[in-house]
Amino acid sequence: MEIDWQPVWLTLKLAATTTLVLLLVGTPLAWWLARSHTRWKEVVGSLVALPLVLPPTVLGFYLLLMLGPNGPIGELTQSLGLGTLPFTFPGLVIGSVIYSLPFVVQPIRNAFEAMGERPMEVAATLRASPLTRFFGVAIPLARPGFVTGSVLGFAHTIGEFGVVLMIGGSIPGETKVLSVAIYDHVESLEWEQAHWLAGGMLLFSFIVVFSMFLLEKRLRRSGT
Amino acid sequence: MNNRIRLIAFALLLGLMSTQPLIAGKVRIAVAANFTAAMREIAANFEKSTKHTTVISYGSTGKLYAQIRNGAPFEVFLAADQRRPQKLEIDGLASERFTYAMGKLVLWSSDEKRETSKAALKRGDFKRVALANPKTAPYGTAAVTTMQRLGIEAALRKKWVIGDSIAQAHQFVATANAELGFIALAQIALDDSGNRWDIPQTLYDPIRQDAVLLDKGLKNPAAAAFVSFLQSPAAKVVIDKYGYATE
Repeated sequence: MEIDWQPVWLTLKLAATTTLVLLLVGTPLAWWLARSHTRWKEVVGSLVALPLVLPPTVLGFYLLLMLGPNGPIGELTQSLGLGTLPFTFPGLVIGSVIYSLPFVVQPIRNAFEAMGERPMEVAATLRASPLTRFFGVAIPLARPGFVTGSVLGFAHTIGEFGVVLMIGGSIPGETKVLSVAIYDHVESLEWEQAHWLAGGMLLFSFIVVFSMFLLEKRLRRSGT
Repeated sequence: MNNRIRLIAFALLLGLMSTQPLIAGKVRIAVAANFTAAMREIAANFEKSTKHTTVISYGSTGKLYAQIRNGAPFEVFLAADQRRPQKLEIDGLASERFTYAMGKLVLWSSDEKRETSKAALKRGDFKRVALANPKTAPYGTAAVTTMQRLGIEAALRKKWVIGDSIAQAHQFVATANAELGFIALAQIALDDSGNRWDIPQTLYDPIRQDAVLLDKGLKNPAAAAFVSFLQSPAAKVVIDKYGYATE
Protein backbone atom coordinates (compact mmCIF):
# COMPACT_ATOMS: atom_id res chain seq x y z
CA MET A 1 0.00 0.00 0.00
CA GLU A 2 1.21 3.45 -0.87
CA ILE A 3 0.45 6.58 1.08
CA ASP A 4 0.05 9.72 -0.96
CA TRP A 5 1.89 12.42 0.97
CA GLN A 6 0.82 15.32 -1.23
CA PRO A 7 -2.39 16.07 0.72
CA VAL A 8 -0.38 16.07 3.96
CA TRP A 9 2.09 18.72 2.71
CA LEU A 10 -0.69 20.72 1.13
CA THR A 11 -2.63 20.73 4.40
CA LEU A 12 0.40 21.86 6.39
CA LYS A 13 1.05 24.60 3.84
CA LEU A 14 -2.57 25.74 4.03
CA ALA A 15 -2.58 25.75 7.83
CA ALA A 16 0.74 27.64 8.05
CA THR A 17 -0.32 30.28 5.49
CA THR A 18 -3.70 30.70 7.15
CA THR A 19 -2.17 31.10 10.61
CA LEU A 20 0.27 33.70 9.33
CA VAL A 21 -2.49 35.71 7.63
CA LEU A 22 -4.65 35.39 10.74
CA LEU A 23 -1.93 36.74 13.01
CA LEU A 24 -1.43 39.73 10.70
CA VAL A 25 -5.16 40.45 10.34
CA GLY A 26 -6.27 39.18 13.74
CA THR A 27 -3.86 41.11 15.96
CA PRO A 28 -5.07 44.64 15.10
CA LEU A 29 -8.64 43.36 15.13
CA ALA A 30 -8.19 41.80 18.58
CA TRP A 31 -6.51 45.00 19.83
CA TRP A 32 -9.41 47.09 18.63
CA LEU A 33 -11.97 44.71 20.14
CA ALA A 34 -10.14 44.78 23.47
CA ARG A 35 -9.59 48.55 23.64
CA SER A 36 -12.41 50.25 21.74
CA HIS A 37 -15.43 51.65 23.52
CA THR A 38 -17.84 52.09 20.60
CA ARG A 39 -21.21 50.44 20.51
CA TRP A 40 -20.27 48.70 17.27
CA LYS A 41 -17.63 46.70 19.03
CA GLU A 42 -19.90 43.81 19.98
CA VAL A 43 -21.45 43.70 16.50
CA VAL A 44 -18.00 43.19 15.01
CA GLY A 45 -17.15 40.80 17.84
CA SER A 46 -20.22 38.72 17.01
CA LEU A 47 -19.35 38.66 13.32
CA VAL A 48 -15.88 37.41 14.20
CA ALA A 49 -17.34 34.69 16.42
CA LEU A 50 -19.94 33.62 13.85
CA PRO A 51 -17.85 30.83 12.27
CA LEU A 52 -17.93 29.09 15.65
CA VAL A 53 -21.61 28.33 15.31
CA LEU A 54 -22.19 28.33 11.54
CA PRO A 55 -22.00 24.97 9.80
CA PRO A 56 -18.94 25.04 7.51
CA THR A 57 -21.19 24.15 4.58
CA VAL A 58 -23.01 27.45 5.03
CA LEU A 59 -19.72 29.31 4.86
CA GLY A 60 -18.63 27.22 1.87
CA PHE A 61 -21.89 27.75 0.04
CA TYR A 62 -21.80 31.52 0.42
CA LEU A 63 -18.12 31.64 -0.47
CA LEU A 64 -18.86 29.66 -3.64
CA LEU A 65 -21.51 32.20 -4.60
CA MET A 66 -19.57 35.32 -3.53
CA LEU A 67 -16.23 34.30 -5.02
CA GLY A 68 -17.78 32.83 -8.19
CA PRO A 69 -17.82 34.73 -11.50
CA ASN A 70 -21.29 36.16 -10.80
CA GLY A 71 -20.62 37.06 -7.18
CA PRO A 72 -19.48 40.51 -5.97
CA ILE A 73 -16.01 39.38 -4.91
CA GLY A 74 -15.64 37.23 -8.02
CA GLU A 75 -16.44 40.23 -10.21
CA LEU A 76 -13.85 42.26 -8.35
CA THR A 77 -11.08 39.66 -8.67
CA GLN A 78 -11.89 39.19 -12.34
CA SER A 79 -11.72 42.92 -13.04
CA LEU A 80 -8.33 42.94 -11.31
CA GLY A 81 -7.23 40.20 -13.69
CA LEU A 82 -6.91 37.61 -10.93
CA GLY A 83 -9.58 35.26 -12.24
CA THR A 84 -11.90 33.61 -9.75
CA LEU A 85 -10.85 32.09 -6.45
CA PRO A 86 -12.81 28.86 -5.99
CA PHE A 87 -10.76 25.73 -6.81
CA THR A 88 -7.48 27.55 -6.11
CA PHE A 89 -5.09 27.53 -3.17
CA PRO A 90 -5.55 31.28 -2.46
CA GLY A 91 -9.30 30.64 -2.44
CA LEU A 92 -8.83 27.98 0.24
CA VAL A 93 -6.68 30.38 2.27
CA ILE A 94 -9.47 32.97 2.23
CA GLY A 95 -12.02 30.35 3.24
CA SER A 96 -9.78 29.07 6.04
CA VAL A 97 -9.04 32.56 7.34
CA ILE A 98 -12.74 33.21 7.78
CA TYR A 99 -13.34 29.74 9.17
CA SER A 100 -10.55 29.93 11.78
CA LEU A 101 -10.85 33.64 12.57
CA PRO A 102 -12.48 33.30 16.03
CA PHE A 103 -9.94 30.72 17.13
CA VAL A 104 -7.13 33.23 16.71
CA VAL A 105 -8.84 36.54 17.51
CA GLN A 106 -10.58 35.43 20.69
CA PRO A 107 -7.51 34.25 22.69
CA ILE A 108 -5.51 37.33 21.64
CA ARG A 109 -8.37 39.64 22.55
CA ASN A 110 -8.71 37.94 25.94
CA ALA A 111 -4.99 38.37 26.56
CA PHE A 112 -5.12 42.07 25.65
CA GLU A 113 -8.11 42.56 27.93
CA ALA A 114 -6.57 40.66 30.82
CA MET A 115 -3.51 42.88 30.70
CA GLY A 116 -5.62 45.98 31.52
CA GLU A 117 -4.83 49.64 30.84
CA ARG A 118 -2.14 49.96 33.43
CA PRO A 119 1.02 48.63 31.69
CA MET A 120 0.32 50.86 28.70
CA GLU A 121 -0.16 53.91 30.93
CA VAL A 122 3.07 53.19 32.77
CA ALA A 123 4.90 52.81 29.47
CA ALA A 124 3.42 56.11 28.30
CA THR A 125 4.66 57.95 31.38
CA LEU A 126 8.11 56.58 30.54
CA ARG A 127 7.73 58.33 27.16
CA ALA A 128 7.50 55.22 25.06
CA SER A 129 5.99 55.91 21.63
CA PRO A 130 2.65 54.21 20.82
CA LEU A 131 4.43 51.77 18.49
CA THR A 132 7.06 50.90 21.08
CA ARG A 133 4.34 50.49 23.67
CA PHE A 134 2.44 48.10 21.43
CA PHE A 135 5.37 45.97 20.31
CA GLY A 136 7.49 46.32 23.46
CA VAL A 137 4.81 46.00 26.09
CA ALA A 138 1.43 44.80 24.79
CA ILE A 139 2.57 41.97 22.56
CA PRO A 140 5.06 40.40 25.02
CA LEU A 141 2.46 40.58 27.79
CA ALA A 142 -0.16 38.96 25.57
CA ARG A 143 2.19 36.15 24.57
CA PRO A 144 0.05 33.31 26.00
CA GLY A 145 -2.87 34.56 23.88
CA PHE A 146 -0.71 34.55 20.76
CA VAL A 147 0.55 31.05 21.43
CA THR A 148 -2.95 29.71 22.07
CA GLY A 149 -4.37 31.55 19.05
CA SER A 150 -1.68 30.31 16.67
CA VAL A 151 -1.93 26.71 17.81
CA LEU A 152 -5.73 26.69 17.69
CA GLY A 153 -5.86 28.47 14.31
CA PHE A 154 -3.31 26.06 12.86
CA ALA A 155 -5.00 22.94 14.25
CA HIS A 156 -8.49 24.07 13.33
CA THR A 157 -7.42 24.71 9.73
CA ILE A 158 -5.84 21.25 9.56
CA GLY A 159 -9.20 19.78 10.49
CA GLU A 160 -11.18 21.88 8.03
CA PHE A 161 -13.50 19.91 5.79
CA GLY A 162 -16.87 21.42 4.95
CA VAL A 163 -15.60 24.67 3.49
CA VAL A 164 -12.92 22.95 1.41
CA LEU A 165 -15.40 20.40 0.14
CA MET A 166 -17.68 23.18 -1.06
CA ILE A 167 -15.11 25.41 -2.78
CA GLY A 168 -12.16 23.07 -3.36
CA GLY A 169 -12.99 20.77 -6.25
CA SER A 170 -10.52 18.13 -4.96
CA ILE A 171 -7.63 19.13 -7.24
CA PRO A 172 -4.46 17.20 -6.30
CA GLY A 173 -1.67 19.50 -5.09
CA GLU A 174 -3.93 22.54 -5.18
CA THR A 175 -7.06 21.96 -3.11
CA LYS A 176 -7.11 18.27 -2.17
CA VAL A 177 -6.31 18.56 1.53
CA LEU A 178 -6.00 15.81 4.11
CA SER A 179 -9.60 15.71 5.26
CA VAL A 180 -10.86 15.53 1.67
CA ALA A 181 -8.32 12.80 0.87
CA ILE A 182 -9.55 10.76 3.84
CA TYR A 183 -13.14 11.26 2.74
CA ASP A 184 -12.31 10.16 -0.82
CA HIS A 185 -10.53 7.05 0.47
CA VAL A 186 -13.51 6.09 2.59
CA GLU A 187 -15.88 6.70 -0.30
CA SER A 188 -13.78 4.53 -2.64
CA LEU A 189 -13.63 1.72 -0.07
CA GLU A 190 -9.87 2.20 0.37
CA TRP A 191 -10.23 1.95 4.11
CA GLU A 192 -6.63 0.98 4.74
CA GLN A 193 -5.28 4.25 3.34
CA ALA A 194 -8.07 6.07 5.15
CA HIS A 195 -6.97 4.44 8.41
CA TRP A 196 -3.37 5.55 8.00
CA LEU A 197 -4.29 9.16 7.32
CA ALA A 198 -7.12 9.30 9.84
CA GLY A 199 -5.03 7.63 12.55
CA GLY A 200 -2.19 10.04 11.88
CA MET A 201 -4.58 12.95 12.14
CA LEU A 202 -5.90 11.67 15.47
CA LEU A 203 -2.41 11.39 16.90
CA PHE A 204 -1.41 14.80 15.55
CA SER A 205 -4.48 16.48 17.01
CA PHE A 206 -3.88 14.93 20.40
CA ILE A 207 -0.25 16.07 20.42
CA VAL A 208 -1.26 19.60 19.45
CA VAL A 209 -3.90 19.95 22.14
CA PHE A 210 -1.75 18.27 24.78
CA SER A 211 1.32 20.40 24.11
CA MET A 212 -0.85 23.49 24.10
CA PHE A 213 -2.06 22.72 27.60
CA LEU A 214 1.51 22.16 28.79
CA LEU A 215 2.74 25.34 27.13
CA GLU A 216 -0.07 27.44 28.50
CA LYS A 217 0.61 26.20 31.99
CA ARG A 218 4.26 27.07 31.71
CA LEU A 219 3.64 30.50 30.19
CA ARG A 220 1.14 31.33 32.87
CA ARG A 221 3.56 30.33 35.59
CA SER A 222 6.40 32.36 34.12
CA GLY A 223 4.06 35.27 33.50
CA THR A 224 3.12 35.76 37.12
CA MET B 1 -66.66 17.26 32.42
CA ASN B 2 -63.35 15.54 32.65
CA ASN B 3 -64.89 12.34 31.42
CA ARG B 4 -66.41 14.02 28.42
CA ILE B 5 -63.05 15.44 27.34
CA ARG B 6 -61.53 12.03 27.69
CA LEU B 7 -64.30 10.58 25.55
CA ILE B 8 -63.80 13.18 22.84
CA ALA B 9 -60.07 12.60 22.85
CA PHE B 10 -60.64 8.88 22.55
CA ALA B 11 -63.05 9.37 19.68
CA LEU B 12 -60.57 11.63 17.92
CA LEU B 13 -57.83 9.06 18.39
CA LEU B 14 -60.04 6.36 16.93
CA GLY B 15 -60.87 8.62 14.02
CA LEU B 16 -57.19 9.25 13.32
CA MET B 17 -56.39 5.59 13.47
CA SER B 18 -59.21 4.56 11.18
CA THR B 19 -57.94 6.71 8.30
CA GLN B 20 -55.01 4.32 7.95
CA PRO B 21 -55.33 0.60 7.31
CA LEU B 22 -53.99 -1.67 9.99
CA ILE B 23 -51.15 -2.88 7.79
CA ALA B 24 -49.69 0.62 7.24
CA GLY B 25 -45.99 0.49 7.95
CA LYS B 26 -42.87 2.50 7.59
CA VAL B 27 -39.96 1.86 5.25
CA ARG B 28 -36.48 3.37 5.53
CA ILE B 29 -34.84 3.96 2.18
CA ALA B 30 -31.31 5.04 1.23
CA VAL B 31 -31.20 6.78 -2.14
CA ALA B 32 -28.33 7.91 -4.37
CA ALA B 33 -28.21 11.71 -4.64
CA ASN B 34 -28.83 11.85 -8.41
CA PHE B 35 -32.23 10.18 -7.98
CA THR B 36 -33.49 12.72 -5.41
CA ALA B 37 -36.06 14.54 -7.52
CA ALA B 38 -37.56 11.40 -9.03
CA MET B 39 -37.59 9.68 -5.66
CA ARG B 40 -39.60 12.48 -4.06
CA GLU B 41 -42.38 11.99 -6.57
CA ILE B 42 -42.24 8.20 -6.45
CA ALA B 43 -42.34 8.23 -2.64
CA ALA B 44 -45.34 10.56 -2.66
CA ASN B 45 -47.18 8.29 -5.10
CA PHE B 46 -46.22 5.23 -3.10
CA GLU B 47 -47.48 6.75 0.14
CA LYS B 48 -50.73 7.78 -1.51
CA SER B 49 -51.48 4.40 -3.04
CA THR B 50 -50.35 2.11 -0.20
CA LYS B 51 -50.70 4.27 2.97
CA HIS B 52 -47.24 3.17 4.00
CA THR B 53 -44.87 5.95 4.98
CA THR B 54 -41.29 6.42 3.86
CA VAL B 55 -38.21 7.76 5.62
CA ILE B 56 -35.62 8.63 3.01
CA SER B 57 -31.90 9.42 3.33
CA TYR B 58 -30.12 10.87 0.31
CA GLY B 59 -26.37 10.69 -0.16
CA SER B 60 -23.56 9.50 -2.35
CA THR B 61 -23.63 5.80 -3.12
CA GLY B 62 -20.23 5.21 -1.50
CA LYS B 63 -21.22 6.89 1.72
CA LEU B 64 -24.55 5.10 1.96
CA TYR B 65 -22.80 1.80 1.23
CA ALA B 66 -20.31 2.38 4.04
CA GLN B 67 -23.17 3.23 6.38
CA ILE B 68 -25.13 0.11 5.42
CA ARG B 69 -22.05 -2.06 5.98
CA ASN B 70 -21.82 -0.54 9.42
CA GLY B 71 -25.34 -1.18 10.54
CA ALA B 72 -27.39 1.75 9.24
CA PRO B 73 -31.11 0.98 9.65
CA PHE B 74 -31.98 1.18 5.93
CA GLU B 75 -34.30 -1.41 4.43
CA VAL B 76 -34.09 -0.59 0.74
CA PHE B 77 -31.07 0.83 -1.11
CA LEU B 78 -31.30 2.65 -4.43
CA ALA B 79 -27.69 3.00 -5.61
CA ALA B 80 -26.22 4.98 -8.48
CA ASP B 81 -24.30 1.96 -9.73
CA GLN B 82 -24.34 -1.83 -9.85
CA ARG B 83 -21.10 -2.41 -8.01
CA ARG B 84 -22.20 -1.50 -4.50
CA PRO B 85 -25.53 -3.42 -4.55
CA GLN B 86 -23.65 -6.42 -5.98
CA LYS B 87 -21.14 -6.27 -3.15
CA LEU B 88 -23.90 -6.14 -0.57
CA GLU B 89 -25.52 -9.14 -2.22
CA ILE B 90 -22.26 -11.12 -2.18
CA ASP B 91 -21.75 -10.26 1.47
CA GLY B 92 -25.21 -11.57 2.25
CA LEU B 93 -26.60 -8.21 3.33
CA ALA B 94 -29.05 -7.76 0.46
CA SER B 95 -31.23 -9.59 -2.05
CA GLU B 96 -33.64 -9.09 -4.97
CA ARG B 97 -31.27 -6.85 -6.95
CA PHE B 98 -32.74 -5.18 -10.05
CA THR B 99 -31.99 -2.20 -12.32
CA TYR B 100 -34.52 0.53 -11.60
CA ALA B 101 -33.09 3.22 -13.87
CA MET B 102 -30.39 3.82 -16.46
CA GLY B 103 -28.70 7.16 -16.18
CA LYS B 104 -28.01 9.54 -19.05
CA LEU B 105 -24.98 11.78 -19.08
CA VAL B 106 -25.09 15.36 -20.40
CA LEU B 107 -22.62 18.16 -20.87
CA TRP B 108 -24.21 21.26 -19.37
CA SER B 109 -23.53 24.97 -19.09
CA SER B 110 -25.67 27.40 -17.11
CA ASP B 111 -24.66 30.15 -19.55
CA GLU B 112 -26.94 30.19 -22.59
CA LYS B 113 -24.28 31.80 -24.74
CA ARG B 114 -21.83 28.98 -24.24
CA GLU B 115 -21.75 26.18 -26.77
CA THR B 116 -22.11 22.66 -25.38
CA SER B 117 -20.97 20.14 -27.95
CA LYS B 118 -18.23 17.74 -28.93
CA ALA B 119 -16.53 20.56 -30.84
CA ALA B 120 -16.67 22.89 -27.83
CA LEU B 121 -15.06 20.23 -25.66
CA LYS B 122 -12.30 19.70 -28.21
CA ARG B 123 -11.68 23.43 -28.62
CA GLY B 124 -11.18 23.71 -24.87
CA ASP B 125 -11.94 27.45 -24.69
CA PHE B 126 -13.01 27.27 -21.05
CA LYS B 127 -11.20 27.31 -17.75
CA ARG B 128 -12.92 24.53 -15.88
CA VAL B 129 -15.07 21.51 -16.49
CA ALA B 130 -16.85 19.95 -13.53
CA LEU B 131 -17.40 16.25 -13.01
CA ALA B 132 -18.26 13.93 -10.15
CA ASN B 133 -15.43 11.97 -8.54
CA PRO B 134 -14.67 9.19 -11.07
CA LYS B 135 -13.41 6.93 -8.30
CA THR B 136 -16.70 6.92 -6.46
CA ALA B 137 -19.49 8.25 -8.66
CA PRO B 138 -20.65 6.34 -11.76
CA TYR B 139 -21.45 9.60 -13.58
CA GLY B 140 -17.87 10.67 -12.94
CA THR B 141 -16.59 7.43 -14.43
CA ALA B 142 -18.87 7.92 -17.45
CA ALA B 143 -17.55 11.46 -17.89
CA VAL B 144 -13.95 10.22 -17.94
CA THR B 145 -14.84 7.43 -20.40
CA THR B 146 -16.47 10.01 -22.67
CA MET B 147 -13.37 12.19 -22.66
CA GLN B 148 -11.18 9.15 -23.31
CA ARG B 149 -13.27 8.04 -26.27
CA LEU B 150 -13.13 11.56 -27.69
CA GLY B 151 -9.36 11.48 -27.21
CA ILE B 152 -9.29 14.64 -25.07
CA GLU B 153 -8.87 13.27 -21.56
CA ALA B 154 -5.19 14.19 -21.24
CA ALA B 155 -5.74 17.67 -22.66
CA LEU B 156 -8.65 18.45 -20.35
CA ARG B 157 -7.36 16.88 -17.15
CA LYS B 158 -5.90 20.18 -15.93
CA LYS B 159 -9.33 21.81 -16.18
CA TRP B 160 -11.15 19.24 -14.10
CA VAL B 161 -12.85 20.24 -10.90
CA ILE B 162 -14.12 17.25 -9.00
CA GLY B 163 -17.35 17.31 -7.07
CA ASP B 164 -17.91 14.93 -4.21
CA SER B 165 -21.08 13.76 -5.94
CA ILE B 166 -22.95 14.56 -9.13
CA ALA B 167 -25.00 17.02 -7.08
CA GLN B 168 -21.88 19.04 -6.36
CA ALA B 169 -20.74 18.92 -9.99
CA HIS B 170 -24.11 20.42 -10.88
CA GLN B 171 -23.68 23.08 -8.18
CA PHE B 172 -20.27 24.12 -9.58
CA VAL B 173 -21.83 24.71 -13.02
CA ALA B 174 -25.04 26.28 -11.70
CA THR B 175 -23.01 28.89 -9.80
CA ALA B 176 -20.91 29.47 -12.96
CA ASN B 177 -17.74 28.56 -11.13
CA ALA B 178 -17.19 25.96 -13.86
CA GLU B 179 -18.23 26.91 -17.40
CA LEU B 180 -19.05 23.33 -18.33
CA GLY B 181 -19.88 20.18 -16.44
CA PHE B 182 -20.72 16.54 -16.92
CA ILE B 183 -23.89 15.93 -14.99
CA ALA B 184 -26.92 13.66 -14.98
CA LEU B 185 -29.76 14.52 -17.34
CA ALA B 186 -32.02 13.85 -14.37
CA GLN B 187 -30.70 16.94 -12.61
CA ILE B 188 -31.89 19.29 -15.34
CA ALA B 189 -34.63 17.25 -16.99
CA LEU B 190 -37.33 19.58 -15.65
CA ASP B 191 -35.29 22.74 -16.11
CA ASP B 192 -34.64 24.46 -19.41
CA SER B 193 -31.95 26.92 -18.34
CA GLY B 194 -28.57 27.00 -20.01
CA ASN B 195 -27.35 24.74 -22.77
CA ARG B 196 -26.90 21.03 -22.81
CA TRP B 197 -25.50 18.33 -25.04
CA ASP B 198 -27.02 14.88 -24.66
CA ILE B 199 -23.92 12.75 -24.92
CA PRO B 200 -24.38 9.80 -27.30
CA GLN B 201 -24.61 6.56 -25.34
CA THR B 202 -21.83 5.05 -27.46
CA LEU B 203 -19.36 7.34 -25.67
CA TYR B 204 -19.82 5.80 -22.22
CA ASP B 205 -20.79 2.49 -20.69
CA PRO B 206 -24.41 2.23 -19.53
CA ILE B 207 -24.97 3.71 -16.07
CA ARG B 208 -27.14 1.02 -14.57
CA GLN B 209 -28.57 2.03 -11.24
CA ASP B 210 -29.49 -0.98 -9.14
CA ALA B 211 -31.71 -1.31 -6.12
CA VAL B 212 -31.69 -4.01 -3.47
CA LEU B 213 -33.82 -5.13 -0.58
CA LEU B 214 -31.58 -5.01 2.49
CA ASP B 215 -31.63 -7.61 5.25
CA LYS B 216 -33.12 -5.16 7.73
CA GLY B 217 -36.19 -4.92 5.49
CA LEU B 218 -36.73 -8.64 4.94
CA LYS B 219 -39.54 -8.90 7.46
CA ASN B 220 -41.12 -5.54 6.68
CA PRO B 221 -44.12 -5.73 4.32
CA ALA B 222 -43.75 -2.01 3.60
CA ALA B 223 -40.22 -2.61 2.28
CA ALA B 224 -41.40 -5.40 0.01
CA ALA B 225 -44.27 -3.20 -1.16
CA PHE B 226 -41.86 -0.42 -2.07
CA VAL B 227 -39.57 -2.77 -4.00
CA SER B 228 -42.47 -3.95 -6.12
CA PHE B 229 -43.86 -0.42 -6.49
CA LEU B 230 -40.49 0.76 -7.83
CA GLN B 231 -40.78 -1.78 -10.65
CA SER B 232 -44.38 -0.92 -11.51
CA PRO B 233 -45.40 0.89 -14.72
CA ALA B 234 -46.58 3.83 -12.59
CA ALA B 235 -43.09 4.30 -11.17
CA LYS B 236 -41.47 3.86 -14.58
CA VAL B 237 -43.48 6.77 -15.99
CA VAL B 238 -42.00 9.00 -13.29
CA ILE B 239 -38.48 7.61 -13.78
CA ASP B 240 -38.70 8.32 -17.54
CA LYS B 241 -39.99 11.81 -16.91
CA TYR B 242 -36.93 12.62 -14.82
CA GLY B 243 -34.51 11.77 -17.59
CA TYR B 244 -33.66 8.12 -17.07
CA ALA B 245 -34.17 5.14 -19.31
CA THR B 246 -35.98 2.11 -17.96
CA GLU B 247 -36.00 -1.50 -19.09
